[in-house]
Amino acid sequence: MRGPARETVKQGRRVRRLAHLLDRWLLPLYALLAVSYLALPVLVMILFSFNDPSGRSNISWRGFSLESWFDPLGQPGLAEAVTTSLAVALFATLAATVLGVLIGLALVRHRFRGRSSINLLIFLPMSTPEIVLGVSLLTLFLASTQFAFVPEGTFFPLGFHTILIAHIMFNISYVVVTMRARLQGFPRHLEEAAMDLGANEWTTFWRVTFPLILPGVMAAALLAFSLSIDDYVITVFTSGQATTFPLYIYGSQQRGIPVQVNVVGTIIFLVAVGMVVLSTLLQRWQRPDRVEAVEMEGART
Amino acid sequence: MSWFRRHPTATAYLLLAPGIAYLAIFYLYPTLQMFLVSLWTGTVEAGYQLTFNFGIYPQALAQYSDHFLRSLLYGAIATLLTFLIGFPLAYFIAFRGGRYKSLLLFLVIAPFFTSFLLRTLSWRIIFADQGLALGPLKDLDLLPEEFRLTATPSAVIAGITYNFLPFMTLPLYVALERIPPNLLEAAEDLYAGTWQRFRRVTLPLALPGVFAGTLLTFIPAMGDFVNAELLGSPQSQMIGNVIQARFLRVSDYPTGAALSFILMAAILVGVFIYARVVGTEELTGGTS
Repeated sequence: MRGPARETVKQGRRVRRLAHLLDRWLLPLYALLAVSYLALPVLVMILFSFNDPSGRSNISWRGFSLESWFDPLGQPGLAEAVTTSLAVALFATLAATVLGVLIGLALVRHRFRGRSSINLLIFLPMSTPEIVLGVSLLTLFLASTQFAFVPEGTFFPLGFHTILIAHIMFNISYVVVTMRARLQGFPRHLEEAAMDLGANEWTTFWRVTFPLILPGVMAAALLAFSLSIDDYVITVFTSGQATTFPLYIYGSQQRGIPVQVNVVGTIIFLVAVGMVVLSTLLQRWQRPDRVEAVEMEGART
Repeated sequence: MSWFRRHPTATAYLLLAPGIAYLAIFYLYPTLQMFLVSLWTGTVEAGYQLTFNFGIYPQALAQYSDHFLRSLLYGAIATLLTFLIGFPLAYFIAFRGGRYKSLLLFLVIAPFFTSFLLRTLSWRIIFADQGLALGPLKDLDLLPEEFRLTATPSAVIAGITYNFLPFMTLPLYVALERIPPNLLEAAEDLYAGTWQRFRRVTLPLALPGVFAGTLLTFIPAMGDFVNAELLGSPQSQMIGNVIQARFLRVSDYPTGAALSFILMAAILVGVFIYARVVGTEELTGGTS
């Protein structure tokens, strides 16, 4: 082999070795770093829930203490804020899930005119910045005092009910999108079979459709709940005097955040992680899922 | 046969009606109302009248152009950073994740289970002037005493980048994961090198994920004000900070509504142009 050709072969080998190095070592190392970067603030939050609460604000480490864990709601207003957050999230999740699941069913199982407009209407709230959603609702509430057909006190003064209205609104789209993804390839023939066998709509829905869509509904509801309990931006525009947990955090950051806030944050984190792990385990346990089971049954006979 | 079975289209509309009505009243109408409020004049004490004061738009734009530009700049830089950080991560999870795939995905989503305010505040703890990161470096005289990260534009951009990284990583992962392995094998059979295969096959097929990821990151980043408030200084305020202050501090509803309307319109126009150029219907769920 002549000089230049050998050079090229050598170079090719070097490039391949570099690619191999990248693939085998650098990429995994990088992924580990990136994931640690994502986890770091969460770990700091948990760590600082064990901080000694003697100082004015929870920014620098003063020593290990369990004091705040024994009294997680022991700050004026914190218990109310957490209760409000839980209540808003619960009711908003229920309402948005019902409304969103109905839309999801219509989109996946039916053909109708205006489908693309409906898809657009579902997509728009998710592609609007939260601040615009909050502001536009606030302008509706402000202007409603001038509308003759809106009874006085319907929206104003703002409070729990207006936060709830806002949270249901921004959750609907997320429920629909989650449902739609989970319902792709929905086995309509199973419903038809049930009806051919004499079941009416009501029975068919509860005995066939509902069990099939339940995992999707649960996923959507979990998402809605976690979005709702964490929302600050839309809530701050629609809350009036009411305070949710995120509003409490924001309000206290000027005075100095009490350690209890980290304790509550850690508890919410652990519960959420627990729910996800539980639902994953349940899904694994259910496999092969009902559709496949029914279809296998059908194939055998 | 029952009524529902004979009228499938009517059934569909019945299923849609409650949710769509809700969105019409509490999403669509309020955006119109926001526009109308921007044309009000008056004060909280004396009351407001609709006077069609369109002059507020050039006025608000001129007064707050710096804030708009800052939002655009911070949002664009943060989106680019999330892509640069998120792509290799998504690539690794999709192609090399193996049996750790679910665990890695879970770790990407896990920060969402913590209040995003608390995560942002954690960064403030980490990057405080004498905090976990800078304190030791300063004690060792590796950094000058007056060096700081909080209350700088970099801190704001870093905060936004961190907050929206999962929004970029997940769609990228979904797109990469969908690439059929035999396409990559085909490229190899046709003597494409590693780099060529990546550039000519992997990257183009990841485009829908890039599209979804940039939208999911850039749109909320543009409207964000929490990072600028918690990690920035008055010199790094974004348009969201102004809107928030107009409404909640000084009760100047028309200006706040006008700025908010401009933000929404700019983003919608941007999204439609972007969708035309990159072109994918996946995000809107397709239209059939």
